Amino acid sequence: MHEMTPVRRTAIYGVFTALAIILGYVELQLPAFFAIPGIKPGLTNIVVVVALYTLGDKSALFINFVRILIVSILFGTLMAFMFSAIGGILSTTVMILLKKTDKFSSVGVSAAGGLTHNVGQILVAMFVTGTSSILWYLAVLWITGTASGIIVGIIGGLVCKHVKPIRMMEP
Amino acid sequence: MKKFDRNDLILISSFILASAVILIGVFLFSGKGATVVVSVDGSEVISLPLSEDTTYNIGGYHGSENILEIKDGKAHLTGASCPDKLCVNMGYISKEGQSIICLPNKVVIEIKGNTKEKENFDTISE
Repeated sequence: MHEMTPVRRTAIYGVFTALAIILGYVELQLPAFFAIPGIKPGLTNIVVVVALYTLGDKSALFINFVRILIVSILFGTLMAFMFSAIGGILSTTVMILLKKTDKFSSVGVSAAGGLTHNVGQILVAMFVTGTSSILWYLAVLWITGTASGIIVGIIGGLVCKHVKPIRMMEP
Repeated sequence: MKKFDRNDLILISSFILASAVILIGVFLFSGKGATVVVSVDGSEVISLPLSEDTTYNIGGYHGSENILEIKDGKAHLTGASCPDKLCVNMGYISKEGQSIICLPNKVVIEIKGNTKEKENFDTISE
């Protein structure tokens, strides 16, 4: 009864992307609360997790990338884009792969995603500065990335439960 | 959708364990640093002893500026021309292998031991 026509798909992707951009903007206003650099609650990842579970792999990757591109153009710098893009693509890919194994819930999947996002960021930092000594900081971000991933996974799981109607729109 | 179960718990605990091992390795087993090495855009600019209290103005990439302060055997950045000031928020460092990085200005502050040996941090993290 709900066929995934191109128009329907465009509309749904648009809504998801818009949500992710708004959450990304909200997050940009937050850093003052977090004394340790690189730590963010990862609110946008809620949208990615929900997209992953309701729309599918490619949609999640696509929505996340468009979100990063638009947020970077609107509010960020080229450096911020590099950080987000590498971190975002890495984490989304890892989440897709983990979900495919069908061994983990949205919490485990999202925790791994949060962590790989930080790994991506540190890789870019190492590349930009040409030093490996930033690696120690990865351990700090690793813990916080996992923690925020767990919270995102719980929220994402709850949202998925309550947006069941969208499942009928699966391609 | 799958429910949270043992697999998730194992996955998450292994993440936390791995980072705890690295952190404990850095904070317990790496010695107290002796020198502060400042690099801009990958090349070393100056190296200062950690034992002497001093401030140093780092001229970074494209006329940027970071102010390094060494006090009581600890190094930190007190000011920076970068927009986000993340490097200032990274706080104090004193242990060998620790670092502060200011990405926009491409400035790296590293703590090294007093001998000329290659920093042993890489072996710990592997």
